Amino acid sequence: MSKYYLNYLDELESEAIYILREVWAQFENPVILFSGGKDSILVTHLAKKAFYPSKIPFALMHVDTGHNFPETIQFRNDLVKKLDVKLIVGSVQKSIDQGRVAEERGKNATRNSLQITTLLDAIEENKIDCAIGGGRRDEEKARAKERFFSHRDDFGQWDPKNQRPELWNILNGKHFEGEHFRAFPISNWTEMDVWNYIKRENISIPSLYFAHEREVVFRSNSWIPVSDYLNLEESEQIEKKKIRFRTLGDITITGGIESQADNLDKIVQEVSAMRKTERGDRSDDKRSETAMEDRKKQGYF
Amino acid sequence: MEINNNQLLRFTTAGSVDDGKSTLIGRLLYDSKSIFEDQLDSVSKTSAKKGHNGVDLALFTDGLKDEREQGITIDVAYRYFTTPKRKFIIADTPGHIQYTRNMVTGASTANAAVILIDARHGVIEQTKRHSFIASLLNIPHLIVCINKMDLVDYSEEIYNSIITQFEEFSSKLITKDVCFIPISALLGDNVVNYSKNMDWYHEGTLLSVLENLHISSDINKIDARFPVQTVLRPQSEEYRDYRGYAGRIASGIYRVGDEVAVLPSGFQSKIKSINTGEHEIQEAYAPMSVSITLEDDIDVSRGNMIVRKNNQPEMEQEFDVMLCWLANEAAKSRAKYTIVHTSHEERAIIKDVVYKMDINTFERDSEDSNLSMNDIARVKIRTTRRMMLDAYRDNRNTGSIILIDESTNETVAAGMVV
Repeated sequence: MSKYYLNYLDELESEAIYILREVWAQFENPVILFSGGKDSILVTHLAKKAFYPSKIPFALMHVDTGHNFPETIQFRNDLVKKLDVKLIVGSVQKSIDQGRVAEERGKNATRNSLQITTLLDAIEENKIDCAIGGGRRDEEKARAKERFFSHRDDFGQWDPKNQRPELWNILNGKHFEGEHFRAFPISNWTEMDVWNYIKRENISIPSLYFAHEREVVFRSNSWIPVSDYLNLEESEQIEKKKIRFRTLGDITITGGIESQADNLDKIVQEVSAMRKTERGDRSDDKRSETAMEDRKKQGYF
Repeated sequence: MEINNNQLLRFTTAGSVDDGKSTLIGRLLYDSKSIFEDQLDSVSKTSAKKGHNGVDLALFTDGLKDEREQGITIDVAYRYFTTPKRKFIIADTPGHIQYTRNMVTGASTANAAVILIDARHGVIEQTKRHSFIASLLNIPHLIVCINKMDLVDYSEEIYNSIITQFEEFSSKLITKDVCFIPISALLGDNVVNYSKNMDWYHEGTLLSVLENLHISSDINKIDARFPVQTVLRPQSEEYRDYRGYAGRIASGIYRVGDEVAVLPSGFQSKIKSINTGEHEIQEAYAPMSVSITLEDDIDVSRGNMIVRKNNQPEMEQEFDVMLCWLANEAAKSRAKYTIVHTSHEERAIIKDVVYKMDINTFERDSEDSNLSMNDIARVKIRTTRRMMLDAYRDNRNTGSIILIDESTNETVAAGMVV
């Protein structure tokens, strides 16, 4: 009998597949929130497994800040083509042009929090009743409180103090019209689990995750990539460094780390020796102690 | 005992502000080197701001804004750490009586419960409540940590007297695997590292106990139960006749060729194939997510259960459950609720409250039939159609139900089939 147990990666995989299938069974029009980052790529990979030999029954939805790494967009388009799924793009630029949101000003201006409006607009416009995200509870203290099925009211807001209890493996996705859910199938994965699994399954990810030469400036303790959207300070110097990214977000706020890890083996090794959290290089979380909690309550990912 | 490497172990910790629960979790994370530099920096800064000497370990489990302001845990928070032997998920739950619902939630999927006792106070009401809930939810392993041993001079006598106190009331619990560890979360004695102050204690540290618990048998591997979540019908030429029943095996083992019955219809067939993703496999077991095809073309849909022909659950329309009421609003007598059991949904009424349980004294009250938040009671439930049930003590996955209020869509109660 002793061989009838799963190792932890298989158990996490099985749990995620179970959640993805529940989303499909309980909702009318679910989408996968796809940023081009490793976590949303992982969720997409798990969805492929969950519904094989059918194709993925969800559209991918990308909230496009317009401040992208070109590599991410290329990767997204290739993947959509390969999987033969529908792509929905919510554009922050369009929200700005329509006067729904205003661009931030100043040196550290980003479009990060502007995404909330675009995301909620896209959810409403496309009548989406469940948006599947790659959020993980180990990422941030507000995310540690997330349910697998997380309720959003008709303003798209999260009420962390009044969440539905989730017992055993029974998920309650019942909702009224206008409300929607966020589903987090990889809640219980850590950064290390994600990398170990990507390596084991040999999942392809954007080249940005591997060490490469790039022009960068040093800001808030990490290497910010030079792009058309970066407002350079006079004191800042452009340097060429061999770096890689641990997370991918808006190009203006995603800091890289100096690294020689140019394949998955080396990345897994590097991540296991890391002494800083991955979101430590994200300036969107550094703004205040409760930056993530505040954004999440408004409807952020 | 055999140690299975690389397994996932889920445990819950219940406790209040004063018994050192947050400090214990902080200590586990810190001593197992699961804390990152930026987290340590941030906690060191906050500790200094609050005027603490050194690092306040409890701050590692800080959560939402309100929780930080009030210094309490409101909701279940999940924490993660990994050692070379296992990956651990901690469901960190608040221990106050008004948060019984959160404790029940955290306990529902746990392999083990860590119960904290303040060595200065011994067994108190809260200890009994936590142990009772752990037992009610049938958590297979109970680890009782006698904390703050540093404040009682690491006295073996006090430790032994607390064990005696605990055993006096715990004989009423159904949990069989109980162990005791004397610790100081604050100073790190017997949490990850052995204590130099208690040479009279020779069993494992908390971490080594967690690493070595035998959890392979925690899931029922005898009774094969496969609730169907959805049916896979690919729209491609190649798979024109394919009908795959997708689900997560709730318990037991399935093999290609097994003679099975589909409930509630009772139609019989044989397993033709089992798949995980694109891989075809010969045998699958709980808790694997698979898709199964059958030899015969019979009607199977979400909410059905595929079981072995000669081992079937009870089919009942009226049954007793131990119910924990989770909602702010009290239960309405004879109101209709949606009942969810695995992937199967029906409508139900609470026909009768048999007795209410006082979770501090374990006494039964058969007079009071009101169910309000945090109440635990044995009730009779009647459903519109038959449910496919196992007793909760035999099978946590197929012996559990929730009730949903149809007017709010909220999950209002959790029940365990008696």
